[in-house]
Amino acid sequence: MTQVEISINVNGRACVVTVPPRMTLVDCLRDVLRLTGTHVGCEHGICGACSVMFDGEPIRSCLMFAVQADGHEITTVEGLASEDGEISDLQDSFWECHAMQCGYCTPGMLVASQALLSENPDPDDDEIREAISGNLCRCTGYQQIVEAVKMAAQRRLGMSS
Amino acid sequence: MIGSPALPNYRYVSRKRRTKEDRRFVTGRGKFVADVDVPGTKHVAVLPSPHPRANISSIDTSAAMAVSGVHYVLTGDELAAETNSLFHGLDLPGVKWHPLAVGMTRYAGEWVAAVVADSRYIAEDAAELIEVEYEALPAAVDSEKMLDGDQPLVHPDHGSNVLFRKTWEWGPVEDDFSRVPHTVSYRARWGRSSTVPIETFGVVAKWDEIGEIMDVWASIQMPQYQDQIAAALRLPMNNIRVHNDVDVGGSYGVKRGIKHTVLVTYLAKRLGMPIRFIEDRLDNMSGGDAHGPDRIFDITMAFDDDGVIKSMKIRALDDVGAYPGRAPLQLGKPITALCGPYRVNSIEYEAISVTSNKTGQVPVRGFGQSPTNFAIETGLERVAKYLGLDRVEVRARNLVRKEEFPWKIPPGSVYDSGDFHAVLESVIKTSDWAALVARRDALRAEGKLAGVGITTCLEPGGGNNIFEYLFNPKLEITTFVESVLLKVEPTGAITAVMCTTTSGQGHETMVSTIAGEELERDPDTIRVLHGDSLEALPTRSPVASRMTIVLGTATSNAAREIKDKMITIAAHDLGVDKNQIEYADGEFSVRGEPERKLLWSEVCHIAHKQFHRMPPGHELGLQAYSVQQVPGAGQLPNEKNEVPLYPCFSFQAHVPLVEIDPDTGKVKLHDYYIAHDCGTAINPDIVRGMIIGGVAHGVGAALYEKFEYDPEGQLLAGTFVDYLLPSAHEIPPVTDIEHCTPSPMTSLGQKGSGEGGYLGAPAAVASAVNDALSPYDVEINELPIRARDIEAALHEKTL
Repeated sequence: MTQVEISINVNGRACVVTVPPRMTLVDCLRDVLRLTGTHVGCEHGICGACSVMFDGEPIRSCLMFAVQADGHEITTVEGLASEDGEISDLQDSFWECHAMQCGYCTPGMLVASQALLSENPDPDDDEIREAISGNLCRCTGYQQIVEAVKMAAQRRLGMSS
Repeated sequence: MIGSPALPNYRYVSRKRRTKEDRRFVTGRGKFVADVDVPGTKHVAVLPSPHPRANISSIDTSAAMAVSGVHYVLTGDELAAETNSLFHGLDLPGVKWHPLAVGMTRYAGEWVAAVVADSRYIAEDAAELIEVEYEALPAAVDSEKMLDGDQPLVHPDHGSNVLFRKTWEWGPVEDDFSRVPHTVSYRARWGRSSTVPIETFGVVAKWDEIGEIMDVWASIQMPQYQDQIAAALRLPMNNIRVHNDVDVGGSYGVKRGIKHTVLVTYLAKRLGMPIRFIEDRLDNMSGGDAHGPDRIFDITMAFDDDGVIKSMKIRALDDVGAYPGRAPLQLGKPITALCGPYRVNSIEYEAISVTSNKTGQVPVRGFGQSPTNFAIETGLERVAKYLGLDRVEVRARNLVRKEEFPWKIPPGSVYDSGDFHAVLESVIKTSDWAALVARRDALRAEGKLAGVGITTCLEPGGGNNIFEYLFNPKLEITTFVESVLLKVEPTGAITAVMCTTTSGQGHETMVSTIAGEELERDPDTIRVLHGDSLEALPTRSPVASRMTIVLGTATSNAAREIKDKMITIAAHDLGVDKNQIEYADGEFSVRGEPERKLLWSEVCHIAHKQFHRMPPGHELGLQAYSVQQVPGAGQLPNEKNEVPLYPCFSFQAHVPLVEIDPDTGKVKLHDYYIAHDCGTAINPDIVRGMIIGGVAHGVGAALYEKFEYDPEGQLLAGTFVDYLLPSAHEIPPVTDIEHCTPSPMTSLGQKGSGEGGYLGAPAAVASAVNDALSPYDVEINELPIRARDIEAALHEKTL
């Protein structure tokens, strides 16, 4: 099958990969780039487990072909920590609040929450629930996730004040 | 969380502490089965049957085999010839179960062939080119009609679609019925739903021809997994190595991919290639055999003028789908708490399991207990309504009282401990029941439908599966062990080896917390490994709300043995009797002479490296293992079929407030209160998460989730577009009130907590919805109660 060479900036690093045109972005991230933090849940755009940042916006990487990402910037869960491996305040809040159980939806939840906080630094509970409502979690009932996002927001506000 | 249960002075247990597992998950470093990277792995895609029931006339695989990158196409005939039929809980010689259909397909979505290719993409391309000629046949889909005997036979060699039918009577049922003035009879129906984890099932296998070892990585949560792989492949068990260090992306009971595993391990051995099969969502929903109970209850309750229930007659008819596996036994586990938390004197129970042309059923969170609790609670609602009594008061009058524990119920289970009235009272008080009712009435005044729900619920934990014997005397199993190995290294570091997988329950946190508490060492410094199945000690896997109870007690036992060994060494070295040694904070000192002491690290050093300082005859090193029997288990049922089942009983009371849109029937949950008692909570955040997450599952089962079939047997809900899972919008904030009545059956008073939210929430939500519908004299006792069901019921009333 025809292969296409594409360039993607993934987590701040320029990557040139050769993929079949029909390969989804999530398969490219996981199987070609071996960034397995992004997960596959439904492959039809409902569960949000495969969420990544695409030029700063959260998208479903199961609904996009890798070739469509040519020339764009992707951030995955692996890119949320700082260069030296220190986890972000959002990741730390998820850990502190035990905002997960099995951990499978967590990368997508982090991406959705990160997108919220970059647009709205002080969200209320309803806004947090709205922001993560496209990401399904079967373990937690969402409450500790909401609490974690709130904690991260408060930490950031506390640091900036 | 509200409430601060009185606790012994634990330093780690019951304290707010971060979990061990979460760090890898927030960094994307979990190792799930799809992340396992074995070089040279080939990929499997399966071909599903489009027909609910059909004879397979022919299969032509030549076009698929010709696709570049395809290595093999496997069909059912070859696989059935080369492997043994999979395990059933019931004794069913006429019911064969193979990973691929043999001669006949028994449900729409059943796998007919499997393609092995260089990539999943190529495998799916090739699967489409397999030509199967079917002779479509009428399907059997209505469970009640199975009892008439004129339905098409799902398994002709079995001769009937009824797989199991038996009635037990515990206590003087007819006498009790004759002595009370009132009875109510009702039907409650539990729809076919499941827990539907976000990660589908997956398995990777690699056969080492020289070493004769089958390595298996799987997203599994299943007792006797390696046993069943070995049996199907006709290999000795020690040729199978299941890697338990795979993170499982949710399970809640259903990750039982034995058929997937036999398919993949067979291919790995047959082809000499590492093979991987990760279900896609369609594979999972229609062909993964991961549906849950589908149950009709017909119940009569007998009670006096005060609403005190004396006896129950329960008939439960369950549709397990085409391949029963362990599913029929889900009618057995509820015997553990068949009358719920109530003081009932006698019970008649008829359990009927039927097979149908639907996707197979697997164990789901609670192993049948949640449907049963819903059915019992529906009865409590009915009794209250019949007598015009308050719904909370009826429950209070029937609950077992604090001073009555241990309390034996008619089928033989002994409820270990509890303070049910205090828990009920606290949920009423915290929710401010009167204020909730006032809010309900205010919503009603605005033209909305609104209701307040109430449910109490028991969560049996521990999982001795002796009820299996009641269903199949060939399963003469009276233990359900769990084990741990604890080692202290020469430098003093502690490592624990547990023996099974984890699917979100936080076992590493639990084991390290308990070991740390017992040994007074920081749990953060304790490493917990998941030993593979060849290295590990006996396990029955993390089912049945049992790991804190059984693995937790094993951990305490092993830690206490290590401490005892260390005290023995210290006493010998310090030249005093063992009982003269005091241990605290990592120091072994002589009582009354605190300056005469050895540090933790010094005792470890002696044990590993200084034979000359060791007490004679003492084992070198510092290690202990515990293989823990389920507390209180070990006997078969007596001549009256009474047997103590699970050892520990957690308790909850739920109170939700719902609003219903009168035009669309859409339900909105405003508030949700739950008071909960699971004895000693090892990690409060984990317990809280399980409770609230369980409630969310229960909300799904109550309002949204159903594997709907059409009358011909086609599955209508095979994606997340038509099988609706609750999002953060549908799950309300939950207020959780914790109580602690320690269990006398476990090392630190702990009980189970993995299932409880799910066991109570469906009944609580149904109670609230029916309270909302009561002004219209509408009652719906069939789950899920979807918007369209409410709209239709209201529409019918107002015509």
